Amino acid sequence: MLPDKNGYYGRFGGRFVPETLMSAIFELENFYKKVKSDKNFKRELSGYLKNYAGRPTPLYFAKNLSKKFSSKIYLKREDLCHTGSHKINNALGQVLLAKKMGKTRIIAETGAGQHGVAVATVCALFGIKCDVYMGDEDIKRQALNVFRMKLLGANVIPVHSGSRTLKDAINEALRDWVTNVKTTYYLLGSCVGPHPYPVIVRDFQSVIGSESKKQVFEVEKKLPDYLVACVGGGSNSIGLFHPFYNDKSVKFIGVEAGGLGLATGKHSASLEKGRTGILHGTKSFILQDKNGQILPTHSVSAGLDYPGVGPEHSFYKRTGRAKYVSVTDCEALDGFRLLSESEGIIPALESAHAIAYLTKLKAKNKIVIVCLSGRGDKDIDVVSKK
Amino acid sequence: MTKIENLLKKLKRQNKKALAVFLTAGYPDIKTTEKIILGIVKYADIIELGIPFSDPVADGPTIQYSSQKALKKNINLKKIFSIVKNIRKKTDIPVVLMGYLNPIYNFGLEKFFRTAVKTGVDGVIIPDLPCEETAEIKKLARKHNIAFIPLVSLTTDKTRAKKIAESSTGFVYVTAVTGITGARKDVSDDLIPYLTMMRKKTKKPLLVGFGISKPEHIKKLKNYCDGFIVGSAVIELIRQKKSVVDFLKLLTFNL
Repeated sequence: MLPDKNGYYGRFGGRFVPETLMSAIFELENFYKKVKSDKNFKRELSGYLKNYAGRPTPLYFAKNLSKKFSSKIYLKREDLCHTGSHKINNALGQVLLAKKMGKTRIIAETGAGQHGVAVATVCALFGIKCDVYMGDEDIKRQALNVFRMKLLGANVIPVHSGSRTLKDAINEALRDWVTNVKTTYYLLGSCVGPHPYPVIVRDFQSVIGSESKKQVFEVEKKLPDYLVACVGGGSNSIGLFHPFYNDKSVKFIGVEAGGLGLATGKHSASLEKGRTGILHGTKSFILQDKNGQILPTHSVSAGLDYPGVGPEHSFYKRTGRAKYVSVTDCEALDGFRLLSESEGIIPALESAHAIAYLTKLKAKNKIVIVCLSGRGDKDIDVVSKK
Repeated sequence: MTKIENLLKKLKRQNKKALAVFLTAGYPDIKTTEKIILGIVKYADIIELGIPFSDPVADGPTIQYSSQKALKKNINLKKIFSIVKNIRKKTDIPVVLMGYLNPIYNFGLEKFFRTAVKTGVDGVIIPDLPCEETAEIKKLARKHNIAFIPLVSLTTDKTRAKKIAESSTGFVYVTAVTGITGARKDVSDDLIPYLTMMRKKTKKPLLVGFGISKPEHIKKLKNYCDGFIVGSAVIELIRQKKSVVDFLKLLTFNL
């Protein structure tokens, strides 16, 4: 079972962080190993997932979409989770871990603000001090989520360096963590970063795939043919994919942000256009120039606007277990409207990428599960201006 | 023995402390970097040339700034090697390249070490490479007789610190603060006990860096280590167009 003991998925993963963080990384790894098999921890977490986050989320048969695409399209409704996205699954798991570790302060990074809101929420619930780093470019385009975080008592720290998006928010969070490592827990929101974060986030998000598997089996009495999910860092997709890893007949499709088009260079498609490199503590596919400098990225959706990707996705790509594709900003906006009009569900712009790919999938009479990772209220402003 | 080990051994025999000076390569431009190096060889024992990276997570605002500026002028490893080649015509001061892994990995590890030897680089420091990940780089460094300089931190426990120190073929870079680079008012109270512990654990030279910016820091610590690394304080002076030499004179006076 991957990762190996040094956090590698094949040649991807590992721990590339300053020495100052290594003791904290080992502390986290040891605590996680302990709680992972601890019945009380599991019971506590599933209690919160059920009664606080509202799990299990429905696997909804999208009748109108199914008709349109001549396949059975199911939507895994993570948008119905408390706080409006799948991010709460991981935030709840990690906050319980932080509490067990006796940490008194939590920091987080956020792009679209979905993870930031989830962290602010669980910190309010458990009475823990919370600082969220957010690029000021993202603060502008996700104003609603900034307001929500503040309302929940979190301190939102604007990041002015670099491209002023998710990548730079992670840089600042890492600098904060290096400085305050003794008291502070870094609640990373995607399956990126140094080991053990990618495996922790994957495990806490795997509830998406495990539920889906059970739910689709109840109705269809068989496994789905396709799983489709958007990939930025890749947490909702790895959560959906991973429980099906050994079911070889199930095809995984990860949809990256094609931005203005892959040929323009203005996109966030790390798996399609990136090369192996090291960013934010992990070896994975990253978007970099010929000198190994990280490239600026673009996407209409702040949550996918990231030049790296989780190492397990790089492994899936290298081994052919998953296929990675992209849709452009325009296509994602079409997906946004399509789902709103046909099913009465307004998706997050991130999830709209997965919906948009349905028009390209060209599957007939297949069973397709699409992860609807979040709801679109936060994006109304951006979409109405397009 | 590497050139850096020999130098530090010599200084120790003379009961002198080493001063390593960090400069961001290409800041404010390549010519000035070369000029500054040649201007300070009398006061510095080792030159650390920083390889700018777009996402320097272990660095504070000063080195973030100088890195960004240098990158805007298209600095890259090829040009950094040519800086070393140029100054080698005039000085044999040990030069260490310090940089995050990605630009080096992207250049090609084997090619990096081959070019390093050819141009006259003497050592390498990679701040985002903990000992679990060093196997290949240590092997290449040994093969090319380039000093491998690991970092230990105040959060590194004794056993691990000893293991890291023993892997050094230059010196051990002891980070003086739990945090990122940048000038500090004072040094941590934990530092002297930590250096005392390190001294018992290893015979390798200990150089203290991160936050070192004043003669007082040096006075306070010099009996517990073999030398110092100054970085952000020097970059700040370059930024303000003030004399680096005067500052180094003041520091060396206290060594």
